[in-house]
Amino acid sequence: MAFYIARRLFWTAIVVAAVIAITFVVFYLLPAGDPALRFAGKNPNAQQLDLIRHRLGLDQPWYIQFFKFIKNFFTGDQYGWPGLGYTFAGQSSVLHLILDRAPRTLLLIAGAAVIWLFSGVTIGIISAVRRRTIIDRAAMGFALFGISAPVFWLGLMGLYIFWRQLGWSSGTGYVSPADSITGFIGHMWLPWVVLAMLYAAFYARMTRNNLLETLGEDYIRTARAKGLTERQVIFKHGLRASLTPIVTMFGLDIALLVGGAVITESVFNLQGLGYLAINGATTQDLPTVLGVVLLAALAVALMNLVVDILYAFIDPRVRYA
Amino acid sequence: MTSSSGERMLDVRGLTVRFPTSDGIVQAVSDVSFALSRGETLGIVGESGSGKSVSNLAIMGLLNRARTVISGEVEFKGRDLLTLPPDELRKVRGKEIAMVFQDPFACLHPMYRVGAQIAEAFTAHSDAGKHAAWSRAVELLDHVGIPNAKSRARDYPHQFSGGMRQRAMIAMALVHNPDILICDEPTTALDVTVQAQILELIEDVKREFDIGVILVTHDLGVVAETANSVMVMYAGRVMEYGPAAEIFRHPQHPYAWGLLDSMPTIERRLDALVPIEGSPPSLLAPPSGCPFHPRCPYRFEPCATKLPPLKVPADGAHLDACHLPYDKKVELGAQRAKKVAA
Repeated sequence: MAFYIARRLFWTAIVVAAVIAITFVVFYLLPAGDPALRFAGKNPNAQQLDLIRHRLGLDQPWYIQFFKFIKNFFTGDQYGWPGLGYTFAGQSSVLHLILDRAPRTLLLIAGAAVIWLFSGVTIGIISAVRRRTIIDRAAMGFALFGISAPVFWLGLMGLYIFWRQLGWSSGTGYVSPADSITGFIGHMWLPWVVLAMLYAAFYARMTRNNLLETLGEDYIRTARAKGLTERQVIFKHGLRASLTPIVTMFGLDIALLVGGAVITESVFNLQGLGYLAINGATTQDLPTVLGVVLLAALAVALMNLVVDILYAFIDPRVRYA
Repeated sequence: MTSSSGERMLDVRGLTVRFPTSDGIVQAVSDVSFALSRGETLGIVGESGSGKSVSNLAIMGLLNRARTVISGEVEFKGRDLLTLPPDELRKVRGKEIAMVFQDPFACLHPMYRVGAQIAEAFTAHSDAGKHAAWSRAVELLDHVGIPNAKSRARDYPHQFSGGMRQRAMIAMALVHNPDILICDEPTTALDVTVQAQILELIEDVKREFDIGVILVTHDLGVVAETANSVMVMYAGRVMEYGPAAEIFRHPQHPYAWGLLDSMPTIERRLDALVPIEGSPPSLLAPPSGCPFHPRCPYRFEPCATKLPPLKVPADGAHLDACHLPYDKKVELGAQRAKKVAA
């Protein structure tokens, strides 16, 4: 097991390094303008631009910049560890920026994940057990709606109904739970639900299909032949096997959202990591983009690792493979 | 226990199973009747799709009641299992009637320890604690010949070989000393060398626990080794039914001849094997008259129109369902025997 984890960790590091390198190369091979120009303000002369390029390190070849970035990442820079540099736009260090924005995104994901996991799996189980009844059809109708409705539309409709009309939501923006826990929940519950909708729908369908497939397995017939009750058959023998793929999906979905909850973030004006990434990309702020990409890649790689280890505990067949 | 060998335990009368599908009704089992006594092994033989397994699943109540129409009677200890409420039937399953299935690879849950799965079969019908159930599981694993049962009980199914898994399935079936053990093709998925061991184990178990065994198979060799009586099924119907020795010595039905002639033995060369021409009929639209007539080399005028009843054709003979006159069957049977001997 220790060897297994070590091997996985090694590959995780390789993957993250590759992601950084690719981001670097893409950024330099596809420049839509000179970052120095943006930094310099109005009507700069060539001397000023050269000075700025030098200060930002842009006058060095990209591989030197890459090497420096990697070195700073591991050894830290004057803004702390891990060293992510200073933004080109110049308001703050990237590390500070990320530490400031990350809680918004992470709390958004955490709340939504809890909602979608419980509602999705519950709906899926009910649907599978009550297959071909009105309940099943209603649940799968909801799933179809959840999967097809675009998040921005759901978000805007939610805001209109629950904020403008009913006043149940405190609307857009972000309030830190450290400042006001009721304000935090008042602002967050709607984005949680909206973000969870798509995933809940997906998980409901997955749970239903997996459970139905599992219930057709021979070992389920064995469980019935033993004289177990239908409840034991479904919840012990059926669920155990059908929830394993869902664990995998759950881990990866959470990780992907670290850099990918942009739409929800912007509809509700939460200004989290997605907002940082978009902002960084449009203003050619390489350090900011690299910081967010690195965090997102790390999240995916680490979640992958966690899922793999978890999987080995859930499914004994993986352990010895 | 007040059991005595020979006591009649199971009486199946007129069992019929239909599956309504979108293409029409599939009649998988038609009017099947048989009986099983304590200490008896009944072999049920037939090609795939002849209704062998479905009959047994119907007896066990393992067919989805919402999607099957079952009629007839399955009398077990004075009760009709077919009309028993689901929860009453559940108490019979695994306790009084236990079942071993064809594919031991697929029949054990891949994520639970073998011992736990057997222990679970025990606690399903008893208030015993976890500890007692586990000891029972180990005891039975040891009994069915798993070496180091105590530590092997902690293994997962994928750590067992095919034969060991089937042994574990048999152990699971025995936890409550059942009256009847139904083995549905228990050796089909196993290596030939292991097949014999499993059959031997089933025989041993039958004697030690004094139970009745229903052995479903398409392998006549398996039946010849162990069965006391044999029922030959075709297209969901009983073709021939009687004591095993008689069926093998004086088979009466052309289908049984076909089965016997297509069976390889040590003495017979492969080119001496005679396959039954054609394939089994669709149960969605079975042939008129005798279901076997399209493949039967001895068919004559009534076969295509009239269903032959299952009856004893003459004194000293056993049940069959064939229009051929009895002396004709004896004559053809004798010719066949001579050809086989040659």
